[in-house]
Amino acid sequence: MKHIKTLNTQTLNQTVKKGGCGECQTSCQSACKTSCTVGNQVCEQKK
Amino acid sequence: MVHQYKNNGYNIVLDVNSGAVHMVDELCYDVITVLNEYQQDLADADLILSHVLDKLSSKYDQEALTEAVQEIMEVTAQGRLFTKDVYRDYIGEVVKRKTVVKALCLHIAHDCNLACKYCFAEEGEYHGRRALMSLETGKKAIDFLIQNSGTRRNLEVDFFGGEPLMNWQVVKDIVAYGRAQEQGHNKHFRFTLTTNGVLLNDEVQEFVNREMDNVVISLDGRKEVNDSMRPFRNGRGSYDLIVPKFQRLAKSRNQERYYIRGTFTKNNRDFSEDVMHFAELGFQQISIEPVVGEVTDPYALQQEDLPKVFEEYDKLAKFIIKKEKAGDGFNFFHFMIDLEGGPCVAKRLSGCGAGTEYMAVTPWGDFYPCHQFVGQEEFLMGNVDVGIKEFQLAEQFRGCNVYTKEKCLNCFAKFYCSGGCMANAYNFGGSIYDAYDVGCEMQRKRVECAIMIKAALSE
Repeated sequence: MKHIKTLNTQTLNQTVKKGGCGECQTSCQSACKTSCTVGNQVCEQKK
Repeated sequence: MVHQYKNNGYNIVLDVNSGAVHMVDELCYDVITVLNEYQQDLADADLILSHVLDKLSSKYDQEALTEAVQEIMEVTAQGRLFTKDVYRDYIGEVVKRKTVVKALCLHIAHDCNLACKYCFAEEGEYHGRRALMSLETGKKAIDFLIQNSGTRRNLEVDFFGGEPLMNWQVVKDIVAYGRAQEQGHNKHFRFTLTTNGVLLNDEVQEFVNREMDNVVISLDGRKEVNDSMRPFRNGRGSYDLIVPKFQRLAKSRNQERYYIRGTFTKNNRDFSEDVMHFAELGFQQISIEPVVGEVTDPYALQQEDLPKVFEEYDKLAKFIIKKEKAGDGFNFFHFMIDLEGGPCVAKRLSGCGAGTEYMAVTPWGDFYPCHQFVGQEEFLMGNVDVGIKEFQLAEQFRGCNVYTKEKCLNCFAKFYCSGGCMANAYNFGGSIYDAYDVGCEMQRKRVECAIMIKAALSE
């Protein structure tokens, strides 16, 4: 494409069916402790 | 919902519901702005083109506009632009799902050997008394976690305080107890430690490297910044004692599985300098977060500080790009974002898990929804002897998500913060269903910077 460059191939809604196993890390156990940052957590299935 | 912004010379378009991120040229950016404001269905290509030409043909060439509209229609058809919110129907399932307890924050010591001025734990005491957790209480907490974790295998236990190294033998004994339970219960403990480093020595380091999945080490950055906010109780600064220990620890962990974590306040709004200082000291896993304090605290960040804070995040983002391109990069916790994978929608909708999947345990064994609620009696949920007793409280936390928070509904960052910190929402807005506005503004800025960095590094 000439005008648009898309940075990612996966989309969020693709995870509706296969997500939710709950094995991932709790967000505040990582580094924050005073905020809530979920978007940077790692999916346990993709490790 | 589509969010557009310009940063560092990049025109970025985030399709909120799909998470798709696009870099576009100036013309296409303007076309998307027009379509974003166009309240009609985007199915009719001819109608759309005619609308766009009507709005923009005085500024751009007609052929180029037609081409851009075609590309936009193509990306839209792929489900990567102007996607609808399909999660609103899904949220019921997420809320009703069977949850298990998967993480505990053990307040090993309500005592501290530093007297940090912004401490939400009030120098370790949490609105209460000084106390150390006994091994017996720690064992009961581990048993509670095992019994309430269902089939989940990985269990997280953070040793927190106050300062956990002030009760070090109990930390080691709890780890040993946990490890002894793993095989029989088909569990694996991921232990973490959050420490100020004052009591860090070779013995602690060796144990931590053997047993702890992650270590969060606290330092605020430049010496003068750190020492003004993180003094010993006698007023002396802590930087000189701690920095060499942290450098040694980080090196001994191959610069992995740790975070050097600082807090910035109104006193060091130029906090990008502190991040750069960490990088100069050789640290590669860095987190510096905005202070959370009462509006009346002299160091608290206010609305008026935001332009400067945003400027610093921009400066830091450019620095990170430069370092990464030079092959000398480091991770900044709040700019980490995985556009290809990252957490699933269920995770993004369920938030931090406080009060349901995650709880804090006081030295005497009381449960609170998270470490930040400790000491606020209205949030006492139970204890290690009787388990969870306040089921209604647990339900309130379970039901708190981006669709039950009015302020989140139209926010582009909702799937990155998952509704934000409930303790901050409660402390600033009086309800966990509210939001901490200043914190939200900073969160949005960080998401924008994080995405821009990805765009810059994709070239």
